[in-house]
Amino acid sequence: MSELEAAVAAGVLGADEAHRSLLQATVEVARAIFGAKAASVFLLDADADELVFEAVAGEGAGALIGRRFPSGTGVAGWVLTTGQPLVIDDLTSDTRFSREAAESTGYVPKSMMAVPLLVEERALGVLSVLDRPPESRVKLAEIDLLGLFANQAAIALDLLQRARHARQALAGEGRLASLARVAARLEEAEQDAGLEFLRALDRVLSGS
Amino acid sequence: MVASAVVAHESDAHELPAWSLPTEAVGRIGVPVTLPGEVTREWAWGGSTGAGARVCILDSGIELDHPLVGHVERSVAVIRGEDGELRVSEDREGDVSGHGTACAGIVRALAPDVELTSVRVLGANYKGGGEAMLHGLAWAIDQGFDVVNMSLSTTRTKYVERLHELADRAYFRRSVLITSAHNMPVESFPWKFSSVISVGSHEEADPLTFYYNPSPPVEFFGRGLELELAWLGGATLRGTGNSFATPHIAGICALILAKHPELTPFQLKSVLYQTAANAGGDA
Repeated sequence: MSELEAAVAAGVLGADEAHRSLLQATVEVARAIFGAKAASVFLLDADADELVFEAVAGEGAGALIGRRFPSGTGVAGWVLTTGQPLVIDDLTSDTRFSREAAESTGYVPKSMMAVPLLVEERALGVLSVLDRPPESRVKLAEIDLLGLFANQAAIALDLLQRARHARQALAGEGRLASLARVAARLEEAEQDAGLEFLRALDRVLSGS
Repeated sequence: MVASAVVAHESDAHELPAWSLPTEAVGRIGVPVTLPGEVTREWAWGGSTGAGARVCILDSGIELDHPLVGHVERSVAVIRGEDGELRVSEDREGDVSGHGTACAGIVRALAPDVELTSVRVLGANYKGGGEAMLHGLAWAIDQGFDVVNMSLSTTRTKYVERLHELADRAYFRRSVLITSAHNMPVESFPWKFSSVISVGSHEEADPLTFYYNPSPPVEFFGRGLELELAWLGGATLRGTGNSFATPHIAGICALILAKHPELTPFQLKSVLYQTAANAGGDA
């Protein structure tokens, strides 16, 4: 699918918010199901080699969105690299857990379940659930359940990224920006002649 | 066909047949070790401490002098040289994350006298990449380790063909690859190859309890829940994951191979099956 088609299909305007809501709903449900203090989704920004908070439920919600960390930081970085889900019950002694990064968020968890967000062969980010009730013992079924949530979150994250790329291509100096501007003007002004010209251009380009 | 087989074996009448089996060679393919009618755990690894078995941990490195790991025979790392080429060189970094040390500690606890080697394929910021994993695996196979523990996987399909070739090479050279399965519905490798032993987790507390899965691709389940893991700084940590079920099976394989070094990966897998808890292995 071309970027323009993707943009149109995703209904670019507002899609970002819709996809973000889907992601937020996923972490809210994950937090509720596990009775955890917090749940969050990190997106991997491959260009910057950083992990970005995209959705947070519970502790830290609101303040953390958009916060960035080096992609090798903490449990999330480890899970992203190995592709393996992991549960750590005593984060105070886990070197993969970056205390510095956690303290900067104003919330230092004691336990963490983390699972990679995979779409096809790409690792898009990490879903993590922090501080389940202290008395709850880990069950393998919980990790499987987290994996199912991760699938859902990965799809939402994929849609969000696609919509962003499409919007970037259509906005400002993007590759398809002029096309988007033309389409917008035609739509606003309802210029029949202009639309007819566009159809003619389409026929010329398609060789028919 | 017959003529070529004869020619192939003229050079050495005692050489084992490789590509075909002429009648006169039948007497020469005696199997070094035959499985008894009933393969018990006692037969498989009774009395074994792992002495003589060589185990490679392909991971984030192993911390030197960790009390739960003990002596590490050799530590190497896959690094990218200034010329851009990957190479294997002696490593003094120890463990960059704790993950490899945890795996080594599990193997050591089960098989106290194994010889451990660390191949570090992950960098300080975890940026190992699939290339380093492939390079490290190829090196480990060339070294002829009895057991290679891989609590790592890749989802990148561009590596599948080379990984598959390496897994088969290991199988035919009698290096058994013990690999972590994904407990998520994703395509990842090398655990899905039939030439390796793939491991998922069960919830029981006995480190020697394992199960055979009659519905692969995950073939065996080892202990993987709430484990006391060797970690950095001589410390321990409580963790859960298939990453840690895998070295349990690796340790058991090391015990078996120390006692029966002639076993091929095919025979070893059969022994594992017959000693699995759900196949009467508690006898």
